[in-house]
Amino acid sequence: MAITQTSDLHRRRAGRNLGVALCLASFIAVVFGLTVAKIRQGAEMEAFDHVARPSITVPEGGQ
Amino acid sequence: MSDLTTNQTVAVEGDAQFGDYVSLLKPRVMSLVVFTALVGLIVAPGAVDPMIGFASILFIALGAGASGSLNMWYDADIDAVMRRTRARAVPDGRVSPGEALSLGLGLAALSVAMLALAAGWLAAGLLAFTIFFYAVIYTMWLKRVTPQNIVIGGAAGAFPPLIGWVVATGQIGVEAVLMFALIFMWTPPHFWALALFMKADYHEAKIPMLTVTHGRPETRRQIALYSLVLVPVAFGLVLTPIAGPAYLATACVFNAAFLWGALHIWRRDDVVAIADNYRVEKSFFRLSLVYMFAHFAALLADAALGLGGGFPWQ
Repeated sequence: MAITQTSDLHRRRAGRNLGVALCLASFIAVVFGLTVAKIRQGAEMEAFDHVARPSITVPEGGQ
Repeated sequence: MSDLTTNQTVAVEGDAQFGDYVSLLKPRVMSLVVFTALVGLIVAPGAVDPMIGFASILFIALGAGASGSLNMWYDADIDAVMRRTRARAVPDGRVSPGEALSLGLGLAALSVAMLALAAGWLAAGLLAFTIFFYAVIYTMWLKRVTPQNIVIGGAAGAFPPLIGWVVATGQIGVEAVLMFALIFMWTPPHFWALALFMKADYHEAKIPMLTVTHGRPETRRQIALYSLVLVPVAFGLVLTPIAGPAYLATACVFNAAFLWGALHIWRRDDVVAIADNYRVEKSFFRLSLVYMFAHFAALLADAALGLGGGFPWQ
């Protein structure tokens, strides 16, 4: 015979844990969406590895 | 063979439910913040990426929630005294003051940092200032020392449309300042009307509301005076390109009603008010809520229908 004890305490904690989990999942989704939106805008972005960096490139004939 | 299930009910003090933490963020205030910030963002010139707009509004709302939590942490002693607030999570013992403080500080840092990433440092700086203004200037300082608490503290609630505008444009415009001024001038009559019929609460909590320090007839006079000043501020927006016929019509109707209600309050005294259970004061308070919603909804309608800026003087 399995004995399952569900107390008010467990229920409250389960609700709280679920709430925190949903908040974290939503935050991840928002950060992901924000990243995608920023990359789409792209105008002010500049990579750092193995690519030309316009901001530090000396123009031809310039100093 | 069968399962045996028992249900044990143990009340554990301080073991809060998720909803208790949400209540620390003052969801009703947050909804007004979301609405006004959204209007500020939508009526501003220029297009905003929907995801960036959504995230910005979310972080502005979280920042407002953070200041609400800090307010609940600091004001737990007076919240426990006032009938209107004694069931809140901290004075009721469901959430400890330390948890409210941690939640407030954590959300404040998170919301400001995320808004900076989403919309830039000007918007984030304004949000940080708003949280500081509400939690420190208003809650910790003004609220307990001066009857001007509501007047100056009202600035904290007036920032969201301005921040929304900055999210969209990257700068502060005259239209944004007028939206700020509209909420700023509206706050005192709104809260003083509440103070008139929540007489015992503020008195017992020893908060120097105008009703306690200068008396109720003076509060009635001040409601009328601030309402008089509010009217030109509301119509000032008509001079800017974000207002159209919907806003003009709304401003005409609601400012007339607001002024009429304020003058009605001024003409009454407490003998009459007690006799009808503060009927006029309560209806003025309800009207003030609709007033604010209607003005911003009208701006939204003008923007959605492309009617803003159609007047010859704009």
